[in-house]
Amino acid sequence: MFIIGELINGMYANISAAIKERDKKEVQKCALDQIASGADALDVNCGPASREPLKDMPWLVEVIQEVSDKPLCLDSSKPAVIEEGLKVSRNKTIINSTTADKEKLDTLLPLANKYKSKLIGITISAKGIPQNKDQRLELAANIIDRCLSESFPIEDLYLDPIVLPVNVAQRQMRDILESIAEFKIISHPGPKTILGLSNISQGTHLRSLINRTFLTMAVAYGLDSAILDPNDKQLIDTLITAELILNKNIYCDSYLEAYRKK
Amino acid sequence: METQLALEKWAGVISTLVIGAGKEDGGSRGNIVKIGGQGSLPLLFREGSIPNPPVIAFEIWDIPPLDWSEELVSAYGKALNDPFDWANKCVSEFNAQLLCVKMQGTHPDFGNKTPKDAAKFISTLLSKVKVPLIIIGSGDDAKDNLILPACSEAAKAERCLIGCAVQDNYKTLVASALADGHQIIAESPIDINIAKQLNILISDIGLSLERIVINPTIGALGYGLEYAYSIMERARLAALSGDKTLAAPFICFVGQETWRTKEAKVGPEQGIIWEIITATSLIQSGADLLVMRHPAAAKKVSDYIKSLFKR
Repeated sequence: MFIIGELINGMYANISAAIKERDKKEVQKCALDQIASGADALDVNCGPASREPLKDMPWLVEVIQEVSDKPLCLDSSKPAVIEEGLKVSRNKTIINSTTADKEKLDTLLPLANKYKSKLIGITISAKGIPQNKDQRLELAANIIDRCLSESFPIEDLYLDPIVLPVNVAQRQMRDILESIAEFKIISHPGPKTILGLSNISQGTHLRSLINRTFLTMAVAYGLDSAILDPNDKQLIDTLITAELILNKNIYCDSYLEAYRKK
Repeated sequence: METQLALEKWAGVISTLVIGAGKEDGGSRGNIVKIGGQGSLPLLFREGSIPNPPVIAFEIWDIPPLDWSEELVSAYGKALNDPFDWANKCVSEFNAQLLCVKMQGTHPDFGNKTPKDAAKFISTLLSKVKVPLIIIGSGDDAKDNLILPACSEAAKAERCLIGCAVQDNYKTLVASALADGHQIIAESPIDINIAKQLNILISDIGLSLERIVINPTIGALGYGLEYAYSIMERARLAALSGDKTLAAPFICFVGQETWRTKEAKVGPEQGIIWEIITATSLIQSGADLLVMRHPAAAKKVSDYIKSLFKR
């Protein structure tokens, strides 16, 4: 499982303050803590309160690169903000994210090609959030089709079936899980799959339990990657165990520690 | 239409491990032996780098062998009566690059030599031959915990490979290897889960994973060879996929396992053939070090390795 740490995000008070005061130590600590907990890559998001995201994004990228060479997942709804991050990235990058909308794909696919970045495609469009599996598959096929026509390598595409809170869209959960498996057979080679995990538990009381239960189920459906809180040790332990049961790693009595030594 | 080979891309690499230290590294060896470093499954040269061919170590003992078959005994002749002559013969006559000395004479049932005697033996051996050493205990855990630290200290800075650490008895040996700058053999009973666990336990007390050689325990042809083969293959697949806890080179005690079979003892040459087939099969499954007994078998396998690596 390719783990993307979600904690460098301006919606969290510590990061928001750090961005405002240009406190790079706080950001670097957050980066290193997540990596120590098992993150393979770091999400970077200036947050909704950022007044100058075009400056904040490259600042965050530079500051993280001083302490880590892990891939950075540049997270913004505004392509211009993402491009400012791409310009200064020496680390590998993942664009987070495009939708299935033509305007988004027209801007972000050329950027991904230009900067040799991976790309997250979320299966939503201007028409709204899909209501079932078929709508998700249709949007996924649209994104893959555009990637193929722009010669973007499909192995570098991460499709997100868009996770909704379980207390809002309980009836869609099975469709979301099945989409993970079915996205991968739309093309050959198939795309990778990804989830923004924490959304599943928004507004619930047992967030951590719901997160790790859903992640386990998604892993069984073939999920490749997730954006999540790597400092949630129970979550990571559960993930490691789920992958063990799927024979992705060889068992030994200290398999949790073995995974972390990798 | 030309057939396209499907080539696998691997994320992991087997660790590279050096046995023996020359003068520049504080030792006194005339040559060093490098093993591991593969970035592909055995002999798939197009899939990744295979920088070091497998190496044969000649097995010697610190006492004349007790129950060796006539065919083995006649290959060495009178030299077997004196372990130092035996060692010299392996190096000068059979071109051994590496010796594996088993401290059989320290076993309570086979001479019960003291740690002091064992240390003296190793010091003398190091002065008489200049090839790197693998030092193996007699297999009696309690006694090995006394004599192996003494041997380790006597060979300090010579960067030997010392063994075997097992799941229930590894701490003393690891501490010695750490103190005296040696590499270690981690032995598991044809069990990949225990092999992995033991490597973690060893690295937890401070000896890095890059200094471990796995002894997966093998069986000779007809005695579980394919079982050992599959364990080695599975470990290698995991290592190449990125599991560092299994990314260690393998040592296989080919001679010991071959010459205990009844088939090896029934007629002339059959034991040699049995040892050759066991060794070459294990090369296919990823063996890096082959500890062998019969010089004629060792010669054949050495030629075989050369032909495989002639590129």
